[in-house]
Amino acid sequence: MKKEVNDKVVIDIKDLRKSFGDQKVLDGITLQLHKEENLVVLGKSGSGKSVLIKCIVNLLKHDAGSIKVGKHELTDIKEDDLIEVRKKIGFLFQSAALYDSMTVRENLAFALSRLSKEFSKEETDQKIMEALENVGLPDSIDKMPSELSGGMKKRIGLARTLVVNPKIILFDEPTTGLDPVTSREISDLINETKAKFRNSSIIITHDIDCVKTVADRIAMIKEGKIYKQGSLEEFLNDEDPYIKSFFK
Amino acid sequence: MSKTTYPSENALAKQSSFFTFIKEKSVAFFIDVANVVDYLKRIVRNLFTNSFEFQEFLKQSYQCGNKSVGLISITGIIVGLVLTIQSRPPLVEFGAVGMLPGMVAISIIREMGPVITALICAGKIGSSMGAELGSMRVTEQIDAMEVSNTNPINFLIIPRLLAVTFMIPLLTLYADAIGIFGSWLGVNIKDDVSLKLFMTQAFDNVEFIDIIPAVIKSFFFGAVIGLVGCYKGFNAGRGTESVGIAANSAVVTSSLLLIIVDLIAVQITDLL
Repeated sequence: MKKEVNDKVVIDIKDLRKSFGDQKVLDGITLQLHKEENLVVLGKSGSGKSVLIKCIVNLLKHDAGSIKVGKHELTDIKEDDLIEVRKKIGFLFQSAALYDSMTVRENLAFALSRLSKEFSKEETDQKIMEALENVGLPDSIDKMPSELSGGMKKRIGLARTLVVNPKIILFDEPTTGLDPVTSREISDLINETKAKFRNSSIIITHDIDCVKTVADRIAMIKEGKIYKQGSLEEFLNDEDPYIKSFFK
Repeated sequence: MSKTTYPSENALAKQSSFFTFIKEKSVAFFIDVANVVDYLKRIVRNLFTNSFEFQEFLKQSYQCGNKSVGLISITGIIVGLVLTIQSRPPLVEFGAVGMLPGMVAISIIREMGPVITALICAGKIGSSMGAELGSMRVTEQIDAMEVSNTNPINFLIIPRLLAVTFMIPLLTLYADAIGIFGSWLGVNIKDDVSLKLFMTQAFDNVEFIDIIPAVIKSFFFGAVIGLVGCYKGFNAGRGTESVGIAANSAVVTSSLLLIIVDLIAVQITDLL
């Protein structure tokens, strides 16, 4: 069944280029993320998928082209505007990137204190507990990251992202390194998050089961360019050998 | 007519690869210098413009200071003891054994205390900063911090840098006291001298001009350890082996710089 896509664009990327030395990683990417859409970006390892989403939050500065998040253009963006952009965007890192020296509670409280207005201790505790309940791990609140499994770290990473209520979430390989059952749970969680919070997401992955579960639309990157964009059905029915090699 | 000789193709290739090597090394060196300058500029800019992370500063001061006390105690007492045992025989030979407490106290306060403390802390604190920040870089924690609107220079580097800069002088003064106490123990192996008499003899020869430059230079030692440890960790590569390289490089570079700073400090003190 073809999924409905909202017309309102929340991220607009035009002719984006990024190189590291002589190596061209992104060579003219043009892509849009619509409101309340799960956009999956597919591509081989090293094709520039992660670089693309790191450019969207300005962790990497693009060489040319434009990235527009809402009304903010990221090229030469001012620090105050960048803060506003980052308040809108949550980022789930491939390694979850939980702060080793902090408990789960402190990890979530850190994100909350830095990205939202000031809350009282009770409000903070309540928001942290809500975020942990959303990912099904309220009992882990006082654990250290070293006490968590890979799947639990990803869930807590997602809770840390959700606690600030972002409008857009960028998932960097959310199921990499996880067993099939946990991968499925994380994919379901991405869908549940979208249903509950009505946010838009870009999901970087090469896990086809995850793609099938979460994708409203797919964009495939090859050699730094968008190779094809379309729905899951269009990709599944495509006869192109390169595309077929992903969906075998 | 003399015969013209031409270099062989092999020799030309060797020469060319040598020049390529020199060029690459020079470029790498200048990139490093530019990175260091940029790093220092970012620190200075954030030091005066952004809000200070006081809680993090207190936490890092505890980590650097309190957690180094044990190691500094053992090292300090051994340095005092060894210095006394080694210095005693020649002084006995010249009938100047009464000068032993003063001589050891001056050696410890002026040089041994600051330098040994700084070198021990370069090993303990510098390597831990390099490894901790390096592993944060590898596991994307620093990126996560940036995405959370937290300036990593402001949150990670400045509190560590200031903590180690203020803790090293305190640890140095503590090491001096422990070292002099160790010296008293050393004296009492052969003689029977009360602590009060020993301290009186020791501090009779010590003046402010001995203490102040040593304390000032230990601030610089702390800054060197903090700057190098944080720089190496913060700029670690992406692979896991980068963590080890960052920790090792932090110790080696800061130890070398400490010796150079000490040489400069001694020259300046000598002019006073």
